Amino acid sequence: MSAGVDRREFFRRIGGGIAILMAWRSGPAPAQDARRVYPEDFNAYLVIGTDGRVTVYSGKIEMGQGVMTSQAQMLAEELGVELGSVDMVLGDTARCPWDMGTFGSLTTRMFGPALRAAGAQARATLIALASQRLGVPADQLVARRGKVSVAGDATREITYGELSRGARIAKVVDAKAVLRAASEFTLIGTSPTRLDARDKVTGAAKYAADIRLPHMLYARILRPPRHGAKLAQLDTSAAESMDGVRLVRQPDLVAVLHEDPEVAAVALDRLKPRWDSPSADLDPDSIFDHLVTAPAPHKTALDRGDPGRARTSAAHLFESTFRKGYVAHAPIETHAALADVAAGQATVWASTQTPFPARDQIAQALEFPPEKVRVITPYLGGGFGGKSASGQAVEAARLSLAVGQPVQVMRTRQEEFFLDTFDPAAVVKVIAGLDGQGKISLWDAVIYAAGERGSTIPYEVPDARVELVGQTGYGELTAGSMHPFATGPWRAPGANMNVFAIESQMDILAAAAKVDPIEFRMRHLADARMHRTLETAARAFGWQPAAGPSGRGLGVACSIDAGTCVATIAQVEVERDTGRVKPRRIVCAQDMGIVVNPTGAKMQIEGGLTMGLGYALTEELHFRGGEVLDRNFDSYAIPRFSGTTQIEAVLVKNDELAPQGGGEPAITTAGASLANAVADALGARVFRLPMTPARVQAALRAAQAGAPAAQRG
Amino acid sequence: MQLTAVNTRALFFLKTDWPLTEGTMEIRFRLNGTDIHLSFDERATLLWTLRTVRGLTGTKYGCGSGICGACTVLIDGQAARSCLMPLSAVAGKSVTTVEGLAVGGRLDPLQQAFVDHNAFQCGFCTPGMLLSAHALLRANPKPSREQIVAHMEHNLCRCGAHQRIVDAVADASQRPGVKS
Repeated sequence: MSAGVDRREFFRRIGGGIAILMAWRSGPAPAQDARRVYPEDFNAYLVIGTDGRVTVYSGKIEMGQGVMTSQAQMLAEELGVELGSVDMVLGDTARCPWDMGTFGSLTTRMFGPALRAAGAQARATLIALASQRLGVPADQLVARRGKVSVAGDATREITYGELSRGARIAKVVDAKAVLRAASEFTLIGTSPTRLDARDKVTGAAKYAADIRLPHMLYARILRPPRHGAKLAQLDTSAAESMDGVRLVRQPDLVAVLHEDPEVAAVALDRLKPRWDSPSADLDPDSIFDHLVTAPAPHKTALDRGDPGRARTSAAHLFESTFRKGYVAHAPIETHAALADVAAGQATVWASTQTPFPARDQIAQALEFPPEKVRVITPYLGGGFGGKSASGQAVEAARLSLAVGQPVQVMRTRQEEFFLDTFDPAAVVKVIAGLDGQGKISLWDAVIYAAGERGSTIPYEVPDARVELVGQTGYGELTAGSMHPFATGPWRAPGANMNVFAIESQMDILAAAAKVDPIEFRMRHLADARMHRTLETAARAFGWQPAAGPSGRGLGVACSIDAGTCVATIAQVEVERDTGRVKPRRIVCAQDMGIVVNPTGAKMQIEGGLTMGLGYALTEELHFRGGEVLDRNFDSYAIPRFSGTTQIEAVLVKNDELAPQGGGEPAITTAGASLANAVADALGARVFRLPMTPARVQAALRAAQAGAPAAQRG
Repeated sequence: MQLTAVNTRALFFLKTDWPLTEGTMEIRFRLNGTDIHLSFDERATLLWTLRTVRGLTGTKYGCGSGICGACTVLIDGQAARSCLMPLSAVAGKSVTTVEGLAVGGRLDPLQQAFVDHNAFQCGFCTPGMLLSAHALLRANPKPSREQIVAHMEHNLCRCGAHQRIVDAVADASQRPGVKS
């Protein structure tokens, strides 16, 4: 805190107590984004009220991944309070410390330390206060369960609420705050009932489209039939003649609004647009040649040894090309926002993973200063990266400004597919070599459009090169240069494709070396954590070593993602006559360091692998140029009950390591483990995801015809 | 995947074939145990009447075409897709939404089983899951795991809570007091 006036204003707002404020310059949070200049505002991590209740403020939002509960656990652990006395305020830009967004499996591993430090700082402050009040040296005091008590004398204690009463103390988080040791944990490492459980089973949980304001209007926005189409003509007369319909017509935003969303839908249907559409040439099959030939920036991600020489000296070379189509995020909650813009102030409730960047986008669109825009983030009905883009919040704010009433924008399912920022279609070409002893001597990969994450193999190879084409990092690709529509981060962006390619190729090499695929990986693994994780998975599965293809339908895949080591073993059954792949069993071991909430961590593994069944087996966007042909869940098939299977998640104990990422790592192994399982079942490999029945049958036919591996799929 | 009667044009509320002239109708029905009397636009669907007129936002819009099941409610104990249901179709009937499951603040056995098994993540599909499961247990109080899977097949979950949902439904079927 820099000024007394601001401190008074702060306490006027919160009504006294003890507050722990952020200190971006000294805390660990700036590591999230070194380029950002952190504002020194007065948003707090936590406030201890005079009633002893603790309010925690976090820019990280709850989209199902359980961070409302796990953040509360971390804070309560350090502070020494019961979980039940913690109230969470998430994703409110007016009240929470600045945050870049909830993605990248960063909440626990990057924001967690800051939150825990705030808790530890508050505990130290409470102990110092209690020391004065009780006349006992601080080192003889214990802070637990909302009380400071004298060690060895249970009768002498004082509650946090009592200490907070009359206090107006604001402390900035000190980097030196001492965190509790893992051996002291009573809340971290447990799985209490989720804080959002009751709200979610009673219907009380509010999502953005559930917020109601007096005089609000529901907007329906005119969308082009395909990306790139231009509005040539528009007849609005029929819509405008409808009772109570408001029309907003701006160069890049046409909407009809009504107090009844169903009437707004009819009004939209009565708009008569004429569109000039560009020609459409790309489709889900031709996209791959386009990706490898389109002019695009290059980047070398890995260059070790002399891959050129290794290519000529290798005993055996294996060349493969892997492909994957566009994949949609398809959260069950479509993007929604309610904006109330009045008197130069905007308040926007939005389903967004990035409330602070959304605030800045809204401010820019409205030409408001950012401090005049407040974004509030209710529960999200799934995000998966897709709600990092918050266009609906900007649209709602612009429309509210235009009509002078609160406006809700909620995308239809068709709009959700059309406007998605898809996981990009991608191609990976790999040339790998084996030496005479069955060791990998060469890894030479070119990655088109997938990006860098997961591109570096976790195995020891003397000569290795990885070249990235089309993308040097997420978001730098301009839509239109390579893709017919927007692409963006999708749960572990890039890693799903890259791990699919790496781990499929590993199985090809293992089979050629006639070595069990787990044994083959063990021989090449440099990372001790990954080694132990793979051992754990093999033991949990009951793995019996055999060189592939074994006919058993077993597939393994390893991945190191977001600091976490994952090893997955999948068992499938493949119907040879239909080509249908049925997952039968999945075992996944994960070393994610200290586990804050074991059940929550397992649910992320289960959820990730279940979601991963989609991109592995059924999900692929249908399109014709910029026209998105999938409009609903009938043609775009996400996993259903009958297609899922039991997932046995095993957490490798590692309390030596701070908590690592949990939301994304497991899904990166889904495509590869299933592809390897299919290859193990059939003796034929599918090189393109998803592994549709037709592609499985084609792989079988190609194997029977004896085609070289690289041409299959 | 078998789907019936899905309007592939999928124009949001599927109203394009409906009369464009507006008429007001009267309707009486029971909603979560309370008698309701409404005047309404004859084009109204049950989903949007619940969400906007009644403020019962626990019933969700997910696809607008009856595919995802997020809008599932019970009509006289049968699971129904409220996004496809004209409001006029529930005249004289009894409608139960997720808000009507807990009585006096006490969770019903299915809700409690969902909590106990962590049978949700984002929670957006949960109301529809709960009401579909209710209809199942009403018709088949002791379903096998396969029967649960078959019944829940047309309720979509993107977070991957499927197996926990099956666990919760199976567990609830063993608990006393599942409402029908």
